[in-house]
Amino acid sequence: MSSIRFPRRDALRVLAAAGLGTAIGCKRASSDDVVIGHYASMTGSTAHFGQDTDHAARLAIDELNAKGGVLSRKIRLITLDTRGDSAEAANAVARLIDVEKAVAIIGEVASSLSLAGGRVAQHHHIPMVSPSSTNPKVTEVGDYIFRVCFLDPFQGRVMANFARQSLKLDRVAILKDVKNDYSIGLADAFRTGFTAQGGQIALEQSYSQGDTDFSAQITAIRGSAAQAVFVPGYYSEVGAIARTAARLGLKVPLLGGDGWDAPDLFKIGGDALDGCYFSNHFAPDTASPKARKFVTDFEAKYGQAPTGLGALGYDAAAVLVDAIARAGTLDSKAIRDALAATKDFEGVTGKITIDAQRNAQKSAAVLKIEGGKAHYETTIAP
Amino acid sequence: MSQLLQQIINGLSLGSIYALIALGYTMVYGILKLINFAHGEVFMVGAYAGYYAAGTLGINALEASGQAFPIHLALLVLLVAMAVSATLGVTIEFLAYRPVRNAPRLTPLITAIGVSLFLQNAGMLLFSPNPRRYPAILREVRFEFGGVIVTNVKLAIFLVALALMAGLHLLVHKTWTGRAMRALSFNIDAAKLMGIDTNRTIRATFAIGSALAAAGGILFGLDQIMINPLMGVLTGLKAFVAAVLGGIGSIPGAVVGGLLIGLAEQLTAGYLSPDYRDAITFVILILILLVKPEGILGVVRPEKV
Amino acid sequence: MLWLKRCGFSVVVAAAIYGVGFGLEQLLTDYFLRIILLAGINVILAVGLNLINGTTGQFSIGHAGFMAVGAYATAFIGVALAPLFGDTALGRSLTFNLALVAGALLAGLTGLLVGLPSLRLRGDYLAVVTLGFGEIIRISFNNAQFLGAATGYFGNSPAGLPVYTNFFWVYAWAALIVLIVRNLTFSQTGRSLIAIREDEIAAEAMATPTTRLKVTAFAISAATAGIAGGLFAHMQAGIRPEDFRFEKSIDMIVMIIVGGLGSITGAVLGGIFVAVSLELMRDLQQYRLVLYALLLIAIMLLRPQGLLGNRELTALWSRRRPRPTGESA
Repeated sequence: MSSIRFPRRDALRVLAAAGLGTAIGCKRASSDDVVIGHYASMTGSTAHFGQDTDHAARLAIDELNAKGGVLSRKIRLITLDTRGDSAEAANAVARLIDVEKAVAIIGEVASSLSLAGGRVAQHHHIPMVSPSSTNPKVTEVGDYIFRVCFLDPFQGRVMANFARQSLKLDRVAILKDVKNDYSIGLADAFRTGFTAQGGQIALEQSYSQGDTDFSAQITAIRGSAAQAVFVPGYYSEVGAIARTAARLGLKVPLLGGDGWDAPDLFKIGGDALDGCYFSNHFAPDTASPKARKFVTDFEAKYGQAPTGLGALGYDAAAVLVDAIARAGTLDSKAIRDALAATKDFEGVTGKITIDAQRNAQKSAAVLKIEGGKAHYETTIAP
Repeated sequence: MSQLLQQIINGLSLGSIYALIALGYTMVYGILKLINFAHGEVFMVGAYAGYYAAGTLGINALEASGQAFPIHLALLVLLVAMAVSATLGVTIEFLAYRPVRNAPRLTPLITAIGVSLFLQNAGMLLFSPNPRRYPAILREVRFEFGGVIVTNVKLAIFLVALALMAGLHLLVHKTWTGRAMRALSFNIDAAKLMGIDTNRTIRATFAIGSALAAAGGILFGLDQIMINPLMGVLTGLKAFVAAVLGGIGSIPGAVVGGLLIGLAEQLTAGYLSPDYRDAITFVILILILLVKPEGILGVVRPEKV
Repeated sequence: MLWLKRCGFSVVVAAAIYGVGFGLEQLLTDYFLRIILLAGINVILAVGLNLINGTTGQFSIGHAGFMAVGAYATAFIGVALAPLFGDTALGRSLTFNLALVAGALLAGLTGLLVGLPSLRLRGDYLAVVTLGFGEIIRISFNNAQFLGAATGYFGNSPAGLPVYTNFFWVYAWAALIVLIVRNLTFSQTGRSLIAIREDEIAAEAMATPTTRLKVTAFAISAATAGIAGGLFAHMQAGIRPEDFRFEKSIDMIVMIIVGGLGSITGAVLGGIFVAVSLELMRDLQQYRLVLYALLLIAIMLLRPQGLLGNRELTALWSRRRPRPTGESA
């Protein structure tokens, strides 16, 4: 490949590329809208979580705009992709704040990405609401970082209590997702809670998010005389795990957390899930009218039912706009204070009260799966 | 003991799928000396083609009413998926690999990586990133023998893989196209001088390899239940390692390599720790390249200066 | 005396970098500064990788692993050293740079360990082995509980890792590394490396210690990736194994391909290009990555030698005839 080109042409090409790039990068003049930023994994291996959250947040914003927006202005939700990468997450938040002039940020789903973006938001004193990051460290980054979901330690304890007290189990195995700090956090909390009440962990096995083959782990658990298996992962793997368990003759119930909450769970797991339990924000049969309306609207707009993550995205947006309205101004400190003062907000995922650590105080419902549907079983308060 | 047998059976069935994909890698490398990084994505497209074909043929209604999918339709789905992947493979060869066929080795390697990335992201756009449940083209039936569970899906994997590999063997050894493929992999310039149409033969190689990968894709979907647009990345890499392990360029080598990798992965996950199931493949790769780079069944080709 | 002139020159350059950094920090907002820092880190990655891939012609596609080693080592050692040197500007600088050097050494050592057995292989096989090692390193970090495993390492403060990285450190290290690599490339050793690239067997016949040189170049290249990793770690709240997956190695390859394999100037331009282009393409949203992949394919099909082939920018005004080019890409 050695046609001799005149070197100056190369320099010209570099300049042309730079010029084109600048042209693409220039933004149009911004209007009078209230800008809320959202950073999420819209591409990459966790894209379905990010897209779900974004769809729901958008639904919330559209509904609020239809009712007149906030502070008599329309709300504009700008979403930037993090590609599931922490450098991109920090870049996205920096761009949302510096270039898009967002007054507040929603994001992220993954706790490690929330930590990356949270630091930038805290540094700029822009309030950030995470819809579903459950690692306790996220809100410890600073006083401008909030969340509307439970913490891992709480949910893990919920299922530990349920397993020991309601189901009266003695030996439970754990099958956790090591690529996912949500799963690890719940597993740790469950283990602590269950053993503290006298229970025994029969065996602890692990898998990675994205795995499709669980036969090795199920075979091992089968041999461990466990009476149940705690599987605090996401629906995408849990469904396949349930089927593998049924196929390999592991007939004990599976227990889980809100990561199970998705319509696809039943599509994938089918009747292998009957007799299983999981904790969640609400149960479809006892859901508030608000929650049911959300599910209907989401289905109408996007052609599929929302997952639990989506519901949390909706609430994050709603809580944020409510705080802006209560603050009465776009000043970041005022919005932050209004967020901190959120009390008994009626979200689709239940009544949300923000506590002193900027976490949400919510009850958890425990659901039982029967006949391909989840039914309400009991409630556990914090 | 039964646990060991179970792990072995699972390992062999997974390995058969790796073997089907590895065949594509090995055949292309044998002739073009190119690592077709995009092959994993061809596997993924084959799986999705099967998904959509089954859907079009009405599998969802059948499943809901509890009926089994007729076997002749299942075979049709397989053929359609193989055809789709074969077309994709040939198109990739024509658009991306042929223009750089005579460029230094690095260029086609990077082009292949580019095609792989393109297909992954295009797949995310077209098929949505949500993982999907694979339709029961074969309705699952379990057989239990003394604690070891075998499903008809696993049996189908063995049978289909065996049939396809036998078919490939016949093709490579008993047909003119196969003879041409073997000639090209031995010495491409001499083959050209002997009047063999290299372009046509290379096209055939890509088509056959891609079709096998598609079959692997459908079997994978049936066995693992879930498919997603990124499923080709890791599986493709492992199949490539299998091809190298068996001797890249050697067709029986790809089969042996695939089965070994499948077994190694399953046994590591079962007895060591599931966290290392992916790492073991790379460890094997490094060991084989350091100890016997031409692979188990490969032949050392001395380099003439 | 030459060394006095050189010291003076270094001080002037350092002061210039400091001055520019100070000015930019006042003028630009966080977002643009971040991109400039990432561009500088990319420059270090690209120039380092170019030494082994471009100049020596040994194709490595697992360099993200060395970046990871450097990042984790620098972060961990930095956290350990911080209480020793205190919180003054001098103390922090000392902690940071000592940690960086330690990270680079560890990364270089890893490069040595990977390179020694691997560099016996040629071409595609070497590429695949380096890919394998890169993945093994990532999986190892994923299972390392004391480094946070999959969640990542965030130091021991809730606010994450201390922010040591700023314009001055990134570009000072970048200038240093470019200088070292340039001097290496245009020296006797560098010519031997190029000889290895052009025809390894002939070079061996000419009594070039090929294995020793290849492994040395590989280790140096790994060490520079380690420095980039350390700098990267300290502008983030934390680092996770996912940040160093195969895609990162691919990004590094794109950097040196775009600029021209074998050209240091090309590597610098390529590094900047990759950092900037992805951000600029944000308007394209979910089509961004598809187009990025197409861009890579287009470059390979249309202009595989990249922007500058294996020439340097000095060729623009050099009145000598262009160097006879071997295959550069």
